[in-house]
Amino acid sequence: MKTIIHIIKKEFLQIRRDKRMLALSILAPVIQLVLLGYAATTDIRDIPMLLVNQDRSSVSREFVNQFVNSGYFVIKETVDSPNQVDEFIDNGHVWLALIIPPDFSKNIESGKVATVQLIADGSDANSANISIGYASQIIGRYSQAIILNSSVRAQMQTKPGKVVPEVRVWFNPELKSRNFMVPGVLAMVLMIITMTLTSLAIVKERENGTFEQLIVTPIKPYQLILGKLLPFVIIGAIDVALVLVVARFWFVVPFRGSVLLIFGLSGLFVLTTLGLGLFVSTISKTQQQAMMTAQFFFFMPFIFFSGFTFPIENMPQIIQYLTYIIPLRYYIVIVRGIFLKGVGVAELWTQALALLIFGVAILTLSVMRFRKRLG
Amino acid sequence: MSLIEVRELTRRFDDIVAVDHLQLFIEEGEMFGIVGPDGAGKSTTFRMLCGILTPTAGNATILGYDLLRESRKINKHIGYLSQRFSLYGDLTIDENIEFFAEINDVYNFKNRREELLEFTRLTPFRKRLADQLSGGMKQKLALACTLIHHPKIIFLDEPTTGVDPVSRRDFWKILSALLESKITIVMSTPYLDEAERCGRVALINKGSCMAVDTPLQIKKMMKGDVIEIVCDNIRSAGKGLKESNLVLGVQTFGDRLNVIVENAEHDFALIEKHLKKTGIGITDHRCVAPSLENVFISLMSREAKNSLETIRDIE
Repeated sequence: MKTIIHIIKKEFLQIRRDKRMLALSILAPVIQLVLLGYAATTDIRDIPMLLVNQDRSSVSREFVNQFVNSGYFVIKETVDSPNQVDEFIDNGHVWLALIIPPDFSKNIESGKVATVQLIADGSDANSANISIGYASQIIGRYSQAIILNSSVRAQMQTKPGKVVPEVRVWFNPELKSRNFMVPGVLAMVLMIITMTLTSLAIVKERENGTFEQLIVTPIKPYQLILGKLLPFVIIGAIDVALVLVVARFWFVVPFRGSVLLIFGLSGLFVLTTLGLGLFVSTISKTQQQAMMTAQFFFFMPFIFFSGFTFPIENMPQIIQYLTYIIPLRYYIVIVRGIFLKGVGVAELWTQALALLIFGVAILTLSVMRFRKRLG
Repeated sequence: MSLIEVRELTRRFDDIVAVDHLQLFIEEGEMFGIVGPDGAGKSTTFRMLCGILTPTAGNATILGYDLLRESRKINKHIGYLSQRFSLYGDLTIDENIEFFAEINDVYNFKNRREELLEFTRLTPFRKRLADQLSGGMKQKLALACTLIHHPKIIFLDEPTTGVDPVSRRDFWKILSALLESKITIVMSTPYLDEAERCGRVALINKGSCMAVDTPLQIKKMMKGDVIEIVCDNIRSAGKGLKESNLVLGVQTFGDRLNVIVENAEHDFALIEKHLKKTGIGITDHRCVAPSLENVFISLMSREAKNSLETIRDIE
């Protein structure tokens, strides 16, 4: 036990000396959180729009105001002819063009169907979809208002019936994608820090030849492994705490679950990442190799297939099966569940069990491989 | 029983045999030199004896413990100084010694540390990071770390390679002091002049041992005489003599040649004639006592000749 503490003490001494490593382990998570918290959001506001108003009446101006006041659209430019639309869409100045034909107000006033044309830039399909969705909503609401007005004007006794859906979204009522992304960042940070730092610290010893010196001492392999892994468990715990604080108090992401539970289940997830870090160290000769291996073979597939960036439900069936072997997948569900839904062990035990199995298996295999390399 | 007994120790890397059925017996309290060119298998032997590499075949006993089964018991009593500097460059001298003391279960290391720093004259630099030390100081620090737990045997793998001559002399002084305190020192070196300071040396080539004895006895093993020749155009003179059948061996140094012949008086005249034919005049010559280097090269060429003859016999 004493030997392990001596190795941990030495490890922290080295981390403290290595300014880059220190920055990487404490500052990087916060920077990543702030970047992703602000940037990684799929909310779309202030969509740049081109207006072609050929009608030029008070009615059409009122209609355009509906768009502007919604907050979703900003009119970047107003032109006279629809022929100019191409130019603005092509150079990407606007995402959407709204064309109001000359007979717009005439048709409305005479109770006929008035048409408007929307042209969207489909090169970013997601944004195009969302902007068309917002535009359709605005137009729908506008036409409802017209119908209501005309019936009032006609002084009809019976108002036309109307179905209004009262949508209530649970857990993230404002549908802020930030609330969804920030808990995921916690998972990413924990994974990257524990996996990279572990493998780097071990490969560094091998690169510098200090590993051989350690083998010539009476240190037992398990003492060496624990001494090298535990410092990064501690750093991982600090990072989780840091991210929790920033998420809760800076981004005001709701945290409904138990802090204790999130630390406990993070402990399970860390078994996997430490195991993989150890594994990476056994197949890498240099720190660069370790870095590249961790990035390409673990971080990328983990990030893409865990549901962190893309929803798993939207993936092809075969890929969906593949995601079951990505441990990060379970941890993302856990973190989001504890943050947003406040769920407990009763709901998360399958994920916890999966993490435990992955963690124990990966860590055992890596330790075996590591010990073989020692001898 | 010897302190270290190496029996048939062998290590293969794929199809290369780095150490080939090596036999060595090293006694308590001696300074034992393992001498050989690069790639002779010196480092591999050390790494096996220190438990870093597993032998492919063979075994050894060190301090009466079995290398294969009791390496952890051996580790308590040995120190290993590897060829390259391998301490923590981002820790200070003090911290490095402290760490190696602690992981060797030495808890009252403070006095010993003072002693070792004094001994290696590193005390003024104790707060400096190891990365910022000169080559010689790094080597002394590494030695201090290997000595912190009072080992009975220290294995030094080319401890003076890449160290400046002044530091090298310092280092040797430290080693002689250690020898007086009854520590057994096993060291390897590619420098034959250094090996002459050892009590006994083993000449190693291609993973096996060609000779083990005191430097003096080994020098006596050499048959023939050594003539030192000073002449112009040393390189082409050496090349010409090597190709002729007149000599057993030629070594070129910066300003002179060492030529090994069967009989100095008889052969020198022939050599002089041969060189004159190629337009090279001899300025000076004298018979010299063979150095370890001469012996080594003559042993190596004898071995090569023997194996050549074996091949001929087979044919």
